Amino acid sequence: MSRRIVQGVPMPGWPMRMFKGLVLLVFCAVVIIPFVGVISTSLAPNKQINESGGLVLLPKSINFRAYESLFAGGVVTRALFVSIFVTVVGTLLSLTVSCLLAYALARPGFSAGRPILLVVLFSMLFSPGIIPLYLTVKGVGLLDSIWALIVPTMISAFNVVVLRAFFMNLPNEITESARIDGAGELMTFSYIVLPLSKAVLSVIGLFYAVAYWNAFFSALLYLNDSKLWPLQLVLRTYVINDTQLGSAELGTELLPPQASIQMAILVVSIVPILIVYPFLQRHFAKGVLTGAVKG
Amino acid sequence: MLQRSSKRPEQRLSLGRRLVRDRVLLLFALPGTALIVAFHYVPLLGNIIAFKDYQPFLGIGGSDWSGWDNFSVIFNGDPAFLRALKNTLILTSLQSIFVFPAPILLALLLNSLFSERIKRIAQSILYLPHFMSWVIVVALFQQMLGGSGLLNNYLRSHDLSTVNIIGNSELFHVLLTSQIIWKDTGWATILFLAALSQIDSQLYEAASVDGATRMRQLWHVTLPGLRGIIILLFILRLGDSLTVGFEQIILQQQAVGRDISEVLDTYVYNNGVLGGAWGVAAAVGLVKGIVGVVLVLTANKVAHIFGEQGVYQR
Repeated sequence: MSRRIVQGVPMPGWPMRMFKGLVLLVFCAVVIIPFVGVISTSLAPNKQINESGGLVLLPKSINFRAYESLFAGGVVTRALFVSIFVTVVGTLLSLTVSCLLAYALARPGFSAGRPILLVVLFSMLFSPGIIPLYLTVKGVGLLDSIWALIVPTMISAFNVVVLRAFFMNLPNEITESARIDGAGELMTFSYIVLPLSKAVLSVIGLFYAVAYWNAFFSALLYLNDSKLWPLQLVLRTYVINDTQLGSAELGTELLPPQASIQMAILVVSIVPILIVYPFLQRHFAKGVLTGAVKG
Repeated sequence: MLQRSSKRPEQRLSLGRRLVRDRVLLLFALPGTALIVAFHYVPLLGNIIAFKDYQPFLGIGGSDWSGWDNFSVIFNGDPAFLRALKNTLILTSLQSIFVFPAPILLALLLNSLFSERIKRIAQSILYLPHFMSWVIVVALFQQMLGGSGLLNNYLRSHDLSTVNIIGNSELFHVLLTSQIIWKDTGWATILFLAALSQIDSQLYEAASVDGATRMRQLWHVTLPGLRGIIILLFILRLGDSLTVGFEQIILQQQAVGRDISEVLDTYVYNNGVLGGAWGVAAAVGLVKGIVGVVLVLTANKVAHIFGEQGVYQR
């Protein structure tokens, strides 16, 4: 019996294929099961959670009590607003600033292009260290302000390099013709270059957004005031350190079991990523590779 | 003279005039450059407090110089510092041995699948954890492996003895390593998969005509094709080798105590930001940064000697 040939390579026999499939299945299960467990527990009825002693993999019925108490206006609601604000405003600012810089660096005749590019590239080689960074943020007066979560991490040199590589690959003729029609830099940038760059903008936007949404380091370092806490710090306090959430923190008298509240907080911090993920996934490889190859 | 006149006319303008001409582009570049300077280069200069007896109310300028005093914990081998150094080195070696090769193996597995659909589904699932914060990853691990986690609940309900994985200081380094593998292995396959797709399929055909088995094809065609990217990533990793995951560790430090969990970054945070020993912490951070840069430059040099491209060209 001759084996099927794919790309000049004979297809492996069925035991090998079975083995590969099994290994892959285990890998994927290890990734997926924790998410399923957390989401199920946040929706499961009290009785089932108490009986199982913790996580539930398949809820017998679904209730949203844990979420109702989280959104009743307590600590978690406030943290959610902080996180959303930081993510939306931060991502918009980051994208604007990075695109403008990358566009300037991508212009062939820009006289200051080379020195500025070196400033950007060298910053990737050295990291400044926690203490001086903290003192700088303190010196600028950002300590205990919501902007401390945005401004110090607003620009990523790596993302600028990726954007620049993409802008440089756009055909020169398009910008040239815009120039001939009398468009200035700002017109060319906003009406020609940006609309052609939707793919890379969405990937870089996602990278920035995920970084802001997940920001834990800056929040831990720069914020003492718990009113400014983003979701990640709330997660650490009430889920990882297992501090009890009472009616004072939740702003409601109705208290579901701690386990389901904790899992609901986790879900709230995971879901936004799960929602945008499928839309942007097809651009990943491209975005990452432009950065790696041209960087 | 000839060369000068062959330059394009715009380059004959004086620098000042060219800058005036490029004012719009300069304006474009300004905010981004300013941010990089303010939050990268200014803190880099701020490392000067490693040589000062820094007093917060006096500021950097007002504090007295202290020479190399702050470095004494390093040179005299202060036990707390040595402990942090030891844990850092243990974690670095564990990561180099177990975390680094994991995505290569997974990429080889994914690449050898013949069904594009299964490959794409697996990729979607395996990339996902990369987008979760460390807080989420640590919380998920607690829910799975902790005292009242899924694993122990299962063991209890089947009358088996429970295992304590979270909060067990003997298993702490292993736990940290497996968390990193869980979070980033899938994502790291992207680069290797791209490199694999670049390999000329004629090489495989030629090899199989010459009678090479699949294992020999892997050895003589696939792995050489990955060599460049493996070396590149290894050099980049070296630069971070004293950075072993601040967020991940600080989140779990309480559970196991500092003896086993203190690394250089947490040492700097705990002693500086929390403990107020600014100068000492900055000194440790500075030495750590310098060691990282030296490692990258050296490794790159070595790569050049062996005829590889490295991170940047010679």
